[in-house]
Amino acid sequence: MDILIPILAAAVRSGTPILYATLGEILTEKSGVLNLGLEGIMLMGAFTGFAVSMYTGNPWIAIAASFLVGMIITSIHGFLCITMGANQVVSGLALTMAGTGASSLLGRNFIGETITGLGKMHLPFLSEIPFIGPILFDHDPLVYISYFLVLFMCFFLSFTKSGLSLRAVGDSPRSADSVGISVVRTRYFYTLIGGGIVAIGGAYMSVAYTKMWGDLMTAGRGWIAVALVIFAIWHPMRAAFGAYLFGGVEAFQLRLQAAGTTIPTPLLMMLPYILTITVLLVISIREGKGLIFEAPSSLGQPFYREERE
Amino acid sequence: MRKMGVLFLALTMILLVGCAFAMEPIPQEDLKAGFVYVGPVGDGGWTYMHDQGRLDMEAAFPGLSSSFVESVPEGPDSSRVMETFARKGFQVVFATSFGYMDFVQEVAEKYPDTVFMHCSGYKKADNVGIYFGRMYQARYLSGLVAGSKTKSNIIGYVAAQPIPEVIRGINAFSLGVRKVNPAARIKVIWLFSWFDPGKEKEATKAFIDAGADVIAMHADSGATPQTAEEAGVYVVGYNNDMSRYAPTMHLTAPIWDWGMVYKHVAEQLVTGTWKSEDIWWGLKEGMVKLAPFGKDVPAEVKNMVDAESNRIISGSWDVFTGPIKDQDGKVKVPEGEIMSDADMLSMSWFVEGVEGEIPK
Repeated sequence: MDILIPILAAAVRSGTPILYATLGEILTEKSGVLNLGLEGIMLMGAFTGFAVSMYTGNPWIAIAASFLVGMIITSIHGFLCITMGANQVVSGLALTMAGTGASSLLGRNFIGETITGLGKMHLPFLSEIPFIGPILFDHDPLVYISYFLVLFMCFFLSFTKSGLSLRAVGDSPRSADSVGISVVRTRYFYTLIGGGIVAIGGAYMSVAYTKMWGDLMTAGRGWIAVALVIFAIWHPMRAAFGAYLFGGVEAFQLRLQAAGTTIPTPLLMMLPYILTITVLLVISIREGKGLIFEAPSSLGQPFYREERE
Repeated sequence: MRKMGVLFLALTMILLVGCAFAMEPIPQEDLKAGFVYVGPVGDGGWTYMHDQGRLDMEAAFPGLSSSFVESVPEGPDSSRVMETFARKGFQVVFATSFGYMDFVQEVAEKYPDTVFMHCSGYKKADNVGIYFGRMYQARYLSGLVAGSKTKSNIIGYVAAQPIPEVIRGINAFSLGVRKVNPAARIKVIWLFSWFDPGKEKEATKAFIDAGADVIAMHADSGATPQTAEEAGVYVVGYNNDMSRYAPTMHLTAPIWDWGMVYKHVAEQLVTGTWKSEDIWWGLKEGMVKLAPFGKDVPAEVKNMVDAESNRIISGSWDVFTGPIKDQDGKVKVPEGEIMSDADMLSMSWFVEGVEGEIPK
């Protein structure tokens, strides 16, 4: 147990930025928009969070600013893909490149600076539960907010009218349109909110997790999130499981090395990716048999109201 | 036909003679230096320190101009960047990463009048010089400090990539640690990444959970010192003085001064004395050194480090002087022998006292 607790706590800690990015992307993709710009948005979120935190000294203003910046840069993707009907893959990749470049340009003067950032928050009662407490409730508030977000999204997608409309827009925009849901407005709304949540994942990296800024500091976590959306088959709960699995495997392999074991660590690091490929395979085999209903079927396809199918 | 052959031969001879490098002094205000960086200037580590060196050079030679291109991958792209510099009339191009080696050779052949300086490689040419620093000497000194501060006798070493440069650093550090504390063991975690603050932080935590009370590092971010500070564990930084990340727990850091080489080369170009050479400077020249000691380093440790440093500077002894055993206790360097530079540059085994493996 004593060995397990630090590993599982580390899994939650290092899984959280990926979890935010995955949750944001699930929202976006549920509306039928594919956004591959996660890495760029996360970096902009990380930079904004750090810079605002340094100037204001208030991590909450910093996180709000990151959310806003995430929405603003995602609006470029929204305009290109929703209004202009551009290729979503290309636009997303462009967003990644733009976000990476912009964050490193703007961040030049922030290298080596330090901030106080967001510290651990003790929760009465919850943090004291044996075993569960030190794993789940010995973190900073952003981690707790991510738990809430997972639960809220599960509820929202399955049990609310807005959630139903969102899924309808992603699955069959034409039907949604015919019952009076504005496809364009819905897609814009969730693409932007999704982008904002992704940016919080970046801000978590710089404001809560490492409390520093460095070029490319997200180190590919945005891409892991893109894969995790598929791994989770667009479900928030499975996204949390996947994110902690990724985080946990990393924490586990680092501890194996510290213990001086001889298991080849690169093999272990491949595990989550292999699982993702397996899920992809299962999806493609089952597709058309009506078993996978969570995947938004109009994902990546622009919607033109005037066109007939 | 034979005439043509003779003509061809003569032309080749002329070309060959023309290729031999002749150096004219370049007026300071005309001198342009190009830098090819492997990472972003903002990495706060390797590339950042090279850029500090570039700025040092600019400050020391008023009128000299320099430019850089950052985040250049170690592939064919790099030769395009170097060619652009050469075509634009830059007289010297510094290629600051190992992987540029063959591309430097290729471009240098096409532009025989441009000087190329390649960092950390081993291929020279008439117009290609190589340079690197004996970081292992400063690593050894930092190991002496770490070894005298550990109580648990477990020291963690956060290492980026399993290449000879990093292995050499771990070994030199470990020799320092065990010189003052033969019971200490050095654990190694490979990150397989040069810059990933999140992973560096988790690796540091893993060491702390495993009982390490001093952490050393060979990676580019300040995440390791920051995490050590939070946990109240001593830390040895790298690249530059990292005490701002760990104001109370930072013991020292082996650091670079690339400006020395850049100023040296600029001087040679201005005076017209440049020739292809192999610069591998260490403590003696001041290209590698230790960052200021933290407040918890006692005077007797400082004195011992000074003494060891003087021993290395005097040239009577170097870090990899036998007897040195590997992890399995096999003698790798016999008593009284000093390891050759070539052996140091290709090091692929751990010394006694290091725990962990080198991935093949």
